[in-house]
Amino acid sequence: MGRIVLNQVSKSFGSTEVIPPLDLAIEDGEFAVFVGPSGCGKSTLLRLIAGLEDVSGGVVQIDGKDMTDVPPAKRGLAMVFQSYALYPHMTVRKNIAFPLRMAKMPKAEVNKRVNDAAEILNLTDYIDRRPGQLSGGQRQRVAIGRAIVREPSAFLFDEPLSNLDAALRGGMRLEISEMHKRLDTTMIYVTHDQVEAMTMADKIVVLQAGVIEQVGSPLELYRAPCNVFVAGFIGSPRMNLLTGAEAQKHNATTIGIRPEHLSISNESGTWEGTVGVSEHLGSDSFFHVQCAAFENPLTVRADGGLELSYGSKVFLSPDMAHMHYFDANGLRIE
Amino acid sequence: MARAVTTKQKAINTAFALGVALLIFFPILWTILTSFKTEAQAINDPPIFFFFDWTLENYYAVQERSDYMKFLWNSIFIAGGSTLLGIIIAVPAAWSMAFVPSKRTKDILLWMLSTKMLPAVGVLYPIYLLFIELGLLDSRGGLAFVLMLINLPIMVWMLYTYFKEIPVDILEAARMDGASLRDEILYVLTPMAIPGIASTILLNIILAWNEAFWTLNLTAAKAAPLTQFIASYSSPEGLFFAKLSAASVMAIAPILVLGWFSQKQLVRGLTFGAVK
Repeated sequence: MGRIVLNQVSKSFGSTEVIPPLDLAIEDGEFAVFVGPSGCGKSTLLRLIAGLEDVSGGVVQIDGKDMTDVPPAKRGLAMVFQSYALYPHMTVRKNIAFPLRMAKMPKAEVNKRVNDAAEILNLTDYIDRRPGQLSGGQRQRVAIGRAIVREPSAFLFDEPLSNLDAALRGGMRLEISEMHKRLDTTMIYVTHDQVEAMTMADKIVVLQAGVIEQVGSPLELYRAPCNVFVAGFIGSPRMNLLTGAEAQKHNATTIGIRPEHLSISNESGTWEGTVGVSEHLGSDSFFHVQCAAFENPLTVRADGGLELSYGSKVFLSPDMAHMHYFDANGLRIE
Repeated sequence: MARAVTTKQKAINTAFALGVALLIFFPILWTILTSFKTEAQAINDPPIFFFFDWTLENYYAVQERSDYMKFLWNSIFIAGGSTLLGIIIAVPAAWSMAFVPSKRTKDILLWMLSTKMLPAVGVLYPIYLLFIELGLLDSRGGLAFVLMLINLPIMVWMLYTYFKEIPVDILEAARMDGASLRDEILYVLTPMAIPGIASTILLNIILAWNEAFWTLNLTAAKAAPLTQFIASYSSPEGLFFAKLSAASVMAIAPILVLGWFSQKQLVRGLTFGAVK
């Protein structure tokens, strides 16, 4: 049970307002991802929910109860930190048992829960080691174990995977998603990696400079970004955002077309250009094409089999059904 | 590129280090040697190093003439008491400075350290008058209190640098895990800070033990620690070097032993934060 509601919540450090008043509701059992560039206030927002920072204004509700002035220990939330934040002087077993010990749970129950958690997370072989003797991935598991044993009303993740290498990150991503499906508990996940946001979230909250730009499911954000910022932030490689005469033709200040919605041809097309750098991923190839009509090169996705040499002449055609239009204020035009 | 160090260079470095160490240790060594000589041999010119008639007569003489145990007990009380008092005040102070700093925290730390730059004699007069007024002259409690004040800046600084090294994430994790402030301090912070607290206590005991200015000026007989014990052999007896040396050896022996066994801890404590 963990419906989290923020009502006109704001945060200032001294005279600097990092989060202007905002409203947000995260439903029970939902996987919400806060995403945005570094310094956008996503971590601060998470810490406000956790109670590690005091709000400057507004109300934080968890399960319908006003938790604004309740200390973090009493909010019934569990948090996984970017640095893992394990207790270095305790063994894995003691680390995982710590929240249960704090809750004054009987010893037998503590042991049972710790063993169960260790089993689920493949930590049984390391249970008597200290964090210093574990690899990054194992430490991350211990941190997650410490969070799940106490069966919190919601999990908070603060960029939990950013210290892991790419291969491990992919695996842990799946494990966390799997865990969410199994536990069916509210999770709030902070990341600057939009791939993590797209792959894991039920609901993405895009933040910039402390302001919520858009809230929606990954596909809603992908299909209908509400402004230029979200359009450029969600999707990989990022959307081509074009200004100038071509945009004027569509009565827009900016037009946007994703790399996957551009087709490339040797003979004919809407825009003529020269091929710059090519990136071959095997399954796909990305070409950076400089067109005369635009200042910046366009990124185009093509089939992995296509090979074009540097400097060769090509034509690009946008799929008009997937074209996005934005006005002078950067807002979406339907 | 790693520097290639030849055997010859190593030998020179070692010899040089030994030379410096001997230079620093020599006064202590000389004191120890002198304490086993007769008064005549002690002032012999040229000085005798090892080939004299080793004797314990100075130690007997010192034991007979003054109550070593009383001075020792006073020293233990004053050094231990000032350290205990200091740690009780310094731990919470350093704690709040490290984990809930305000805009002025750095200034307060610097200001505290700046009090150590003031010559002690500058405040002797007011403190002396206060001690007379409060009836604290020649009392162990009063002296322990003054020494605590004298060493407090160093204790707070040392603990502060230690606590600074503890990632605040870990404390926040404890809070999220449901730990109260007491649990957080007891089960998470203290175990992690034990090396720091231990070396702060050690250093402070040594500083308080060796402190001579205040102990000599604020005590007479009742509360006199070992510094007074040594001093009493230098002035009234004139140049009885051997007895003075024996008294000195007896006074520094306990702290020398303590320092010897805790040197690893001390070195780590003093260089902590400087070397990551």
